[in-house]
Amino acid sequence: MSEIKSSETLKKKARAAASKPAAVGEDIDLSAFVGEAEPQSYRADASQLPARAKEQMLGVGVMLDDMGQRTGTYIQTNNTPVHTSATQEGIEVMAVSQAMKKYDWLSDYFWKAVAVDTDKYTASVELGQYDGYFFRALPGVKSQYPVQACLYLAKAQLAQKVHNIIIAEEGSELHIITGCTTALREEPGLHIGVSEFFIKKGAKVTFTMIHSWNPATAVRPRTVAIVEENGLFLSNYVLMRPVRSIQMYPTARCVGENAVVRFNSILVAGPGSSLDIGSRVILNAKGAKTEIISRAITTGGSIVARGYVEGNAPDVKGHLECRGLILHKEGIIHAIPELKGTLAGVDLSHEAAVGKIAEEEVEYLMARGLTRTEATATIVRGFLRVDIEGLPPLLGAELQRAVEASEKELM
Amino acid sequence: MDDIALSIKQLTVEVEGKEILHNINLEIKLGGSHVLFGPNGSGKTTLLMTIMGFPKYRVTQGNIIFMGKDITRLPLDERARMGIGMSFQRPPVVRGVKTRDMVSACLRGRGDDETIGKLASRADLSDFLERDINQGFSGGEIKRSEILQLMAQRPQLALLDEPESGVDLVNIALIGELINELLEKDCPIRDRKCTGLIITHTGHILDYVSAHTGYVMCDGTVYCEGNPHEILKTIKEKGYKACVSCSVRSVPNE
Repeated sequence: MSEIKSSETLKKKARAAASKPAAVGEDIDLSAFVGEAEPQSYRADASQLPARAKEQMLGVGVMLDDMGQRTGTYIQTNNTPVHTSATQEGIEVMAVSQAMKKYDWLSDYFWKAVAVDTDKYTASVELGQYDGYFFRALPGVKSQYPVQACLYLAKAQLAQKVHNIIIAEEGSELHIITGCTTALREEPGLHIGVSEFFIKKGAKVTFTMIHSWNPATAVRPRTVAIVEENGLFLSNYVLMRPVRSIQMYPTARCVGENAVVRFNSILVAGPGSSLDIGSRVILNAKGAKTEIISRAITTGGSIVARGYVEGNAPDVKGHLECRGLILHKEGIIHAIPELKGTLAGVDLSHEAAVGKIAEEEVEYLMARGLTRTEATATIVRGFLRVDIEGLPPLLGAELQRAVEASEKELM
Repeated sequence: MDDIALSIKQLTVEVEGKEILHNINLEIKLGGSHVLFGPNGSGKTTLLMTIMGFPKYRVTQGNIIFMGKDITRLPLDERARMGIGMSFQRPPVVRGVKTRDMVSACLRGRGDDETIGKLASRADLSDFLERDINQGFSGGEIKRSEILQLMAQRPQLALLDEPESGVDLVNIALIGELINELLEKDCPIRDRKCTGLIITHTGHILDYVSAHTGYVMCDGTVYCEGNPHEILKTIKEKGYKACVSCSVRSVPNE
């Protein structure tokens, strides 16, 4: 734990919300987890981390042996930052605790996007003064390669708590890959990650998050992005490995004219996994646009796939698309797309479809000579292939690789 | 029997409990193109889908012999791998599966990206390789994409379901060229490896693809076999009713 300053008002709010359950999803008993782990030693050279850890991190897109294609790196094991580095002028990568020492103004960003009293999970992060990553692109600077972060859970029964601040100053461009994974094979753990994004005028942030947990982990990310005039926030989330329970509903608020937000999610729930995952966009400024796309597959687990778009300004446009495939008789997918318009002139739409693979499509491929198994695999692979507009080709290829690596287990 | 590609004997087919094809007999010689005429709803597509082996089309009587082998009970994909290919009239959109993936699947390892590129360029579909198959394709694009896949699959028997329907004049000429290429029209018949069975209700495709045998199907029964151009002339002048009432050249039920 670090020396993070906090106002008494925030503390008070957090204390009041200390036992407030989340608005949706399974309630996690925080007292079942420990908040402390033995401190980890700092590694100036991230390639010196244990081979198994590096391999697991690579599985979620975090490359430590060859960082030539990364502009910066942040690694946190349990609740301790163990490595930070940055190679491009104007792109800052630090632990939040370090950044607080450097910049007095940073405390103004704390809990500005995410409400500290959202629920007991956000409250517990505030009350414990947890660390996390600080990524910032200075005005006009464009990250040549992505910055990467890994949040690594390595102690059984631990509650890993993280508070991240991401700032893209005016006209900048920041590409981020975050991989969250665990060293534990079957022991329980809890991950709570608060992420606050500030996307200033004309800035662009792409955020690609890959999760790979174990069947006993509970996960409660809390993310809000504030997007200013002509800003772009593009978020991609991939979860294809088993987990016990994830509940998250990342939100973007378009506060400046013509801000654009896109959320793409690829979700797979195996037996025993319970996912309650959505994306929410509030269009509060003229001409703001959003597109939310989710693809959900259950092979026996339960998925609540939410989506919410709210239009509160003229000429805003939003589209929600949620498609679910049930590949096992015990799987459940509950799609809940919601639209709210509060004035004339908003253009909001959604489409949702849940079901099995269409037999007509399987037979079409079989008529070309593919076996039933090959045809089904091809269709599932296609289902998970989301062409993401605006994602740099390198990131697109990495995302595709992560999906393909997990597909093999899925088939 | 060596020169027979497909032989259908006393074939009766049901779809969802309703008999659609009644006691069909048909023999198709190896090489060359054969045309099956018939009004909408006469059972032409049902016949093609049954030959291809779609499970919904249930054979209740009779046999289908392909290249001397009885395939009546073989599954769809096995028939495709044995050398039967089909161009669909209304193929489904498969989201996320690219045209390139389909052509590559049809090639079954017999070609690389360069082969796919050349074939797509021939079908004027180079810009469609990275698009989801059939998603937002026009009528002509669907037909060309279907024939492109068959050109990659190289079947011994190509079943073409209404290749000219919903297609404009420019497209129909190109589709005609592609079918001629698929069916190796520049080779003597004895050297051709691909036999075509084309179904049409307008006969327009005959302006672009020459065929040497025509058949007429009405109400789930094949009524006539003969010169396709003569048959088309009769249909145009007297309608399909004339084919039903004409007993001169009806195909005998065995």
